[in-house]
Amino acid sequence: MTDNAYVIALAGNPNVGKSTVFNRLTSLHQHTGNWPGKTVASARGAFTYRGESYTVVDLPGTYSLLSRSAEEEIARDFLCSGAADVTLVVADATCLERNLNLVLQVLERTHPVVLCVNLMDEAEKKGIQVDLAALQDALGIPVVGTAARGGRGLEALQAALFDAVHRPLPPPPPPVAYPDLTGLSPQEREDAVASAIVRRAEALAAAAVAVPPEAQRRDRRLDRLLTSRATGIPVMMLLLGLVFWITIAGANAPSAFLSSRLFALQEPLRSLLAAAGLPPSFQSALVDGVYRTVAWVVSVMLPPMAIFFPLFTLLEDAGYLPRVAFNLDHLFRCAGAHGRQSLTMCMGFGCNACGVMGCRIIDSPRERLIAILTNSLVPCNGRFPTLIAILTIFFSAAGGGSLLSALLLLLTVVLSVLLTLLASWLLSKTVLRGAPSAFSLELPPYRRPQIGQVIVRSVLDRTLFVLGRAVAVAAPAGLLLWCLANIAPGGVSLLARCGAFLDPLGRLMGLDGMVLAAFLLGLPANEIVIPILLMGYLSSGMLTSYAGLGELRSILLANGWTWHTAVCMVLFTLFHFPCGTTCLTIRRETGSVKWTLLAIALPLLSGVVLCTAANLLLSLLPF
Amino acid sequence: MQEIRTLDQLPVGGGATVTGLDCSGAQRRRMLDLGFIPGSSVRALQESPWGDPVAYGIRGAVIALRREDAHHIAISGK
Repeated sequence: MTDNAYVIALAGNPNVGKSTVFNRLTSLHQHTGNWPGKTVASARGAFTYRGESYTVVDLPGTYSLLSRSAEEEIARDFLCSGAADVTLVVADATCLERNLNLVLQVLERTHPVVLCVNLMDEAEKKGIQVDLAALQDALGIPVVGTAARGGRGLEALQAALFDAVHRPLPPPPPPVAYPDLTGLSPQEREDAVASAIVRRAEALAAAAVAVPPEAQRRDRRLDRLLTSRATGIPVMMLLLGLVFWITIAGANAPSAFLSSRLFALQEPLRSLLAAAGLPPSFQSALVDGVYRTVAWVVSVMLPPMAIFFPLFTLLEDAGYLPRVAFNLDHLFRCAGAHGRQSLTMCMGFGCNACGVMGCRIIDSPRERLIAILTNSLVPCNGRFPTLIAILTIFFSAAGGGSLLSALLLLLTVVLSVLLTLLASWLLSKTVLRGAPSAFSLELPPYRRPQIGQVIVRSVLDRTLFVLGRAVAVAAPAGLLLWCLANIAPGGVSLLARCGAFLDPLGRLMGLDGMVLAAFLLGLPANEIVIPILLMGYLSSGMLTSYAGLGELRSILLANGWTWHTAVCMVLFTLFHFPCGTTCLTIRRETGSVKWTLLAIALPLLSGVVLCTAANLLLSLLPF
Repeated sequence: MQEIRTLDQLPVGGGATVTGLDCSGAQRRRMLDLGFIPGSSVRALQESPWGDPVAYGIRGAVIALRREDAHHIAISGK
């Protein structure tokens, strides 16, 4: 089917809603955020229009085709290869002059081209008027206005693409008139070419776009609040703390509800399996191993994720992430790191493997390695539930409430960012020496997020996707664990032996051997560390049933946990080795076993040292 | 009063015209792509909480540059 499909190349500046157009055209529901550099490789999708199939290739967002960055090379090579039947350039109606720069460069290289002027709704809100007909006449190519997020104009866009492959307009005249370049040095020539394109874009925009002087006023006001010296950092902390607080406070009740319901099913399930004639050991393997682990992962992870993801997505879609990068850049510069590392670090809060992959947006190999090696120092979504559970059980359940949990979680996040900066600084002073390379960060216009859509998208796509992956890992891991906990040569289970072996190191770090064993066995996914730990503790015969978050506390207390242990557990959850997926991603992205090992050793050593130090300091306290 | 010659010296709220670039290679290329060509008007919009980088308004977009990079852009006040 795709063999005879028409190929559409999708090009555009970063952050113009290109991915939204892609998703809308191809009915894919891949998440897209409002910040530059998130598409680092080209995605493909397909759609059918009037009985014919089209393949859409989503190229990385670029400002230009003239530079030599990785993204621009991918985009340029694809456009120049002639593989596309038509090129669709997506431009931002609120910032058209700058976008026309790329449009002109694409026009010089390929034909036919269709221009999609997206975000028309945002432009209208700002009072910006775009004369699409004038633009169409001046450029000599079809121009379609869209508001892709609401689906406006997409039908017309498909029609324009249909026409472009079936009845293409004649090639337009050369879009840019260059001055005489003979006798100029290469640099002068480059300057002249770039200037001619920029001036042509300026002239086109002047003729087709009317921007009222107050169009940017709201954005600048928001910027003053969100990034100024006095309020930038406090507001950032407040927002993050607020997100955590809503997540923790909101997740309590549904978490308790889910766990009581899911664990109540445990015994009926066992009876059902017994009735089916399965031997008791199989019943136990399926119920105590697979079902219990999955039930834990679902009841503890689903509620916080279903709240955290939409909130984070709202901030992301509104355009806040680049402001975070702007606020933090100075610190990264002092650490000898690239300014975009704050963006890849933010991606790491979602998923470290994604964060490592996102480091492709950093051109300089030295700074890219720093960003990759330090990415897993920030906690990902797989670790947030563990952190929340431990903080809630040991600190806020004892009277502090969810506000205290949120504050403590905020504190742990600040700690992880500080360690990221420290590690980056150390790396840039030792194995990865060098000066920070030049960088520019676009602060895109703020956009009102479409709240309904954000909730549906982030719950349906992101939450269920991450949960599905966690369950897929948890189910077989649960089985393996059950075997380890129940195969007992000489009367001591393999899990207990493993725990006993690691116990001296665990004790030194303020933990115990079983915790370390749980982290080791939890290598495939951080989500399953707590269930493993429970199984380890429960198999030693302390308690026979487990019924939810409330009882987690008594199980941990019964195994000698104090709030000192909880502090060390939080530290080690923040800083240990990256999960299996992240390790594989690091290996692929760096192409080197040596760097992968360093990426494992760096957080692991930090964790061991910090836990040991915390344990020593805490043992000096009288309480 | 000292004359303002490079973009990093432009105070927040001030506007100027780009007169040239004092860098080469990929960095020069990137600045040109962002619209920093002779004749472009540029405005310093906002300092980050630490005073560096600074967000500049250039050709309808908002671009943040570190001061050491803005230093390579020559301007004349207006």
